[in-house]
Amino acid sequence: MANPYLRLTVAQIRAQTQYRLSFALDTVAAALITLLDVITVFLLLSVRGELGGFGPREVLLITGIAALAFPLADLAVGNIERLRHYVRTGLFDAVLVRPLSALLQLLAMDFAPRRFGRVVQGLLIYLIALVVAGIDWTPARVLLAVLAPVAGAVFFGSLFVAGATVAFWWIESGELANSFTYGGRDLTSYPITMYGDVFRRVVVFGLGFAFVAYLPALALLGRPDPLGTPAWLHWCSPVIAALAATGAGLLWRTGIRHYRSTGS
Amino acid sequence: MIIETVGLAKEFTVYRRKGRLRRERRVVSAVGGVDLRVERGELLGYIGPNGAGKSTTLKMLTGVLTPSGGSVRVCGLEPVPQRSRLARRIGVVFGQRSQLWWDLPLADSFALLRHVYRVPAAEHAARLAGCRKLLDLDEFLDMPVRQLSLGQRMRGELTAALLHGPEVLFLDEPTIGLDVISKQAVRGFLAELGGRGDTTIVLTTHDLADIEKLCRRLVVIDHGRVVHDGSLAELHASHGSRRSVVVDLDAPWPDGLVPVGATVTAIEAEGRRVTLTLTGATAGEVVAQLAGAVALRDLSVREPDIDEVVARLYSASR
Repeated sequence: MANPYLRLTVAQIRAQTQYRLSFALDTVAAALITLLDVITVFLLLSVRGELGGFGPREVLLITGIAALAFPLADLAVGNIERLRHYVRTGLFDAVLVRPLSALLQLLAMDFAPRRFGRVVQGLLIYLIALVVAGIDWTPARVLLAVLAPVAGAVFFGSLFVAGATVAFWWIESGELANSFTYGGRDLTSYPITMYGDVFRRVVVFGLGFAFVAYLPALALLGRPDPLGTPAWLHWCSPVIAALAATGAGLLWRTGIRHYRSTGS
Repeated sequence: MIIETVGLAKEFTVYRRKGRLRRERRVVSAVGGVDLRVERGELLGYIGPNGAGKSTTLKMLTGVLTPSGGSVRVCGLEPVPQRSRLARRIGVVFGQRSQLWWDLPLADSFALLRHVYRVPAAEHAARLAGCRKLLDLDEFLDMPVRQLSLGQRMRGELTAALLHGPEVLFLDEPTIGLDVISKQAVRGFLAELGGRGDTTIVLTTHDLADIEKLCRRLVVIDHGRVVHDGSLAELHASHGSRRSVVVDLDAPWPDGLVPVGATVTAIEAEGRRVTLTLTGATAGEVVAQLAGAVALRDLSVREPDIDEVVARLYSASR
């Protein structure tokens, strides 16, 4: 286990387990929150029987992709929101004088193992959704079933990084980033046919949220889009994820150059 | 040449609130064109009043801050674009920012740093053994860093900065807040390290005793510009600071007595304690003159006071 990032992560987990009670409470709270998320979707479905023209099994697939993609991103990259704290206190200095990537160091040093529970729950939901959705399995669909949550996670991860990077310019950036990440999670959990026209065009397609769960779910189900998007587009979420990651990476590099540190 | 800067500058844009929503944009120059050349193995003191630009310079040398003007090379590398490569070859102790893991025992931080810097185990063990001996680390090696005293932590920070065998060691106020014993330990260690000649050391400080005890070369910066670069003796010479002789007498100082090559600068204790500043004569010549004229009880020779010279330098450059 010679990888320095892995070492940093393990050290962080060890340091966190020093505060055992807090660790246990965090884990329990995380499990409860995921449970509530799923219950919300089922409640909505039980009232209407369908959502935006999609039946319960189809909605569950959309929710399942989002329910796995977001916690994956949150586990791997979510702690980047702590960047604000590093920038404000000047602790980021100490990160920059080590011979490692600043971004990966932060991710490793603030790794939050308590977020792991949500990934397991998300995975369970997704697996159940894949089984009950009645998918006509082909090799391409198997590949997409694996790639879709990963691409979604990369997409959310890029949002986390891009949002946190704002702190380099604007230290009091506060909760701005969260409205995109946590807001995005809720947004992608439902069929986007539910949303208003302008919002759907500008936010859902414009910012790429449609590619997280809705479009890949259509591809998995082999269902045409009621909104009329071409079928090949439904397979494009890995491409969009790669684009988002590139954009976030560029923003990060620019941000670091604008780091101002603090006095003394 | 291990460090070379030409016209190194850093400007910050600050916004000042003006009224409820309007903000005024101002560009503040923190470092305004610093030329610095440091040879391998030098021990350089970098001093200046608060806000003079010391830390900003150090952060540009270590790749933390991107310069807004001029050029900078450390170990032949450009600090910001080649940050990671440079980081392997320099050690950094920022007094206020710990490199250690707060919740882990000190020994674990050292073990982690071995992997962060990818240091071969044997080299790492040898350097750690050296530091343990010189800095007396053994008694608190197993304690979590958060429980260490400031002095213990600083000794830990020094060790952490050296375990990968850096060519240059940057220290930003390494003795700030330390008690006398810890200060001595840190100074003694740095003197030993500097004496070996294979590590270049650049340190900023407000404690001029650090400079007196450690640094042959002194760079003074004020308002982002270098106002002195040379030895401590040269600083004294260029600012007219002089040695003085203080004599205690059995009887009051006779009016009008002025020894050749010295001036009377203070008469205290009802004329029984007199300070004479040397203006050309040696201390011995002055004492010889006095011995014939007054009844000497005691005498001491004082070196010029570094704090005073530096204070004069700071106010002169204002």
